[in-house]
Amino acid sequence: MKIIVCIKQVPDAKDVRLDPKTNTLAREGVQSIINPYDRHALEEAVRIKENMGGTVTVMTMGPPQAEEILREAVSCGADEAVLVSDRAFAGADTLATTYTLSQAIKKIGGADLILCGKQAIDGDTAQVGPGLAVRMGMPYVTCVRKISAAKDKPFIVERLMDDGYDEIEIELPALFTVVKEINEPRLPSLKGKMKAKKLSVTTLTAADINADASQLGLKGSPTWVVRVFAPQFKGQRTMIQGTVQEQVDQLAEKILEWC
Amino acid sequence: MLLIDINACIGCGLCEANCAFAAIRVVDGIAEVNENCTLCGACVDFCEAGALQIEGREEAVKDDLSQWTGIWVFTEYRHGRVAPVSYELLGAGRKLADRKGVLLSAVLLTDSAGEVPGELISYGADQVYVVEDQGFAQFTDDVYGNALEDLARQYKPEVILAGATAIGRSFIPRVATSLKTGLTADCTQLDIQEEDGVLLQTRPAFGGNIMATIACTGRRPQMATVRPLVMKANAPDPGRQGKIMRCAIAPDRLLSRIKVRNFFPLAGDQVKLNEADIVVAGGRGLESEKGFLLIAELAQELGGAVAASRAAVDSGWIAYPHQVGQTGKTVSPKVYIACGISGAIQHLVGMQSSDTIVAINRDANAPIFDVAAYGVVGDVFEILPKLIDKIKETRAS
Ligand SMILES: Cc1cc2nc3c(=O)[nH]c(=O)nc-3n(C[C@H](O)[C@H](O)[C@H](O)COP(=O)(O)OP(=O)(O)OC[C@H]3O[C@@H](n4cnc5c(N)ncnc54)[C@H](O)[C@@H]3O)c2cc1C
Ligand SMILES: Nc1ncnc2c1ncn2[C@@H]1O[C@H](COP(=O)(O)O)[C@@H](O)[C@H]1O
Repeated sequence: MKIIVCIKQVPDAKDVRLDPKTNTLAREGVQSIINPYDRHALEEAVRIKENMGGTVTVMTMGPPQAEEILREAVSCGADEAVLVSDRAFAGADTLATTYTLSQAIKKIGGADLILCGKQAIDGDTAQVGPGLAVRMGMPYVTCVRKISAAKDKPFIVERLMDDGYDEIEIELPALFTVVKEINEPRLPSLKGKMKAKKLSVTTLTAADINADASQLGLKGSPTWVVRVFAPQFKGQRTMIQGTVQEQVDQLAEKILEWC
Repeated sequence: MLLIDINACIGCGLCEANCAFAAIRVVDGIAEVNENCTLCGACVDFCEAGALQIEGREEAVKDDLSQWTGIWVFTEYRHGRVAPVSYELLGAGRKLADRKGVLLSAVLLTDSAGEVPGELISYGADQVYVVEDQGFAQFTDDVYGNALEDLARQYKPEVILAGATAIGRSFIPRVATSLKTGLTADCTQLDIQEEDGVLLQTRPAFGGNIMATIACTGRRPQMATVRPLVMKANAPDPGRQGKIMRCAIAPDRLLSRIKVRNFFPLAGDQVKLNEADIVVAGGRGLESEKGFLLIAELAQELGGAVAASRAAVDSGWIAYPHQVGQTGKTVSPKVYIACGISGAIQHLVGMQSSDTIVAINRDANAPIFDVAAYGVVGDVFEILPKLIDKIKETRAS
């Protein structure tokens, strides 16, 4: 079985912060990490491979330094790594990203199973997985919290819904996006680290994937950012003063008025 | 590409300070861009010297936009219930449609429509496209996606809105990709751009630390999913008139490649937090599971629900379904009482649209007071027991 895991390098969201007063960004020590959901996708792929045989290829579209996360993924159990990188890809929204990734996957011979994270924590869009599945002509299931696989049988997966979960039967080839509760990702192994060091990452450019230039990067992106700003909140900020008992009395009066 | 006019650049550093991606730096008095650049264009707006420009933006493909008209709301109807977000979107969509002078339509895909089309009209729809077929009995991305795509190709709406729910976030990207158009996820604000009538879609990014306004200028339809509980539904008007249009979808488009075998509903003890009128929330300031008993008692006294910050959930004092915020639930009750919660942005995004926010915190500088209508600086272990007593006492007399 050929499994491809799509991973993305993202800034660690908890470090990214706009100062609401100056609208400037405090970014000391913002680290680049593997998108946390994608670690779970990778772990699930490695487990399926260990169970059923096959290969796990990690793929990312990003700048040259995204190679770091590919090596990290190999140290955690992936077999091969593909970096899809070209200046022409810059500025891609999810539509252009899914086009680029699908061309790259076709170039390396397709896949039986594609796993993605539920969403990337930089944009939180959760659009690349479904979009990629459409481009590949594959059925898909999002927010998968459990995958049960057995040879020569359809896969059974559990899809997290707002009111519970659905149990779904699906034949490969297919794409799933996964949520964090699906598994506990392993740490890099010593063997994995050695492998990652020696690994030669395959790099694919726009020309390599036979891309139609008009569908790439900024040109291929129908959406664009008009404005970026710090969130603003409006509160009246009436402070209730006095001794504790006075504060309590005033507050209780208000609350009883509302409730 | 980001073009930098080195003759115009004054090296002021505004671009550097405003780049969310650390992609631009002033080196030797001139801005330099590196490979982190996502071409988001934020720096261009901040540059007072007019030295920055994004090349290629204007080349983005243009559809014949004039053929596309009207606002659509996808109705989420599952297990016999319309998701409240669909009514909220009809409220928001009504405003957009009135501003543009176009029709507001609801789309209903179901195995059995019953009274729902009439209800959608009472909440503000001018028309309802109804497709009734057994294929919609279970939610599957392909069948729901095919149907909405085919309707959109046929009737050409300029805007399609759906709830940013498990269902909306799953199948709407399918429709957008098939229609080769733009989609903005998880919006919290929608507006119309005065000059050209384009939909301005505002959403949080980076875990809520940054807000971004997104537009899709060259393609139609403009598509967005919208967070539940941020828009307001109109009160239903049973006298409202509207048109119900029954549509058919080609049979081969109604065959799914997946099979939903079973549904397991949430366990009974899971809170219906997002439907409560009164929410009492506790944070790290409650210090323990025992501290949360105070929250539960006040909530019970007021007939409200219990919520928590992530810090309290991570500490194990209360279960995850009670978490409010970016990675928890969004709530919008009439009254939200935040006790011992600092008011981190990730918490605020989940409760800021509550009608009245009360904050109790011993730190007068806690950011929670910035969103509060009423604030009390004090110790929750002193205030809450007294408050509960006082309320009981007043009610008794
Ligand atoms: C990507 C991401 C997603 C996140 N998602 C969420 C989310 O969905 N929801 C969420 O809530 N958080 C979320 N967080 C975490 C968030 O950043 C904060 O860490 C969290 O909200 C803090 O919880 P808190 O206010 O309870 O704790 P603290 O920040 O520790 O605040 C405790 C407050 O209690 C006050 N206090 C202490 N003792 C008392 C007392 N005796 N009486 C009165 N006041 C007292 C203190 O003055 C302080 O203000 C997220 C973070 C990240 C990075
Ligand atoms: N540039 C990228 N390269 C590889 N995979 C990606 C990329 N962007 C998104 N993905 C995958 O798509 C998922 C959803 O991303 P998003 O739609 O951006 O929230 C991620 O968890 C990744 O698995």
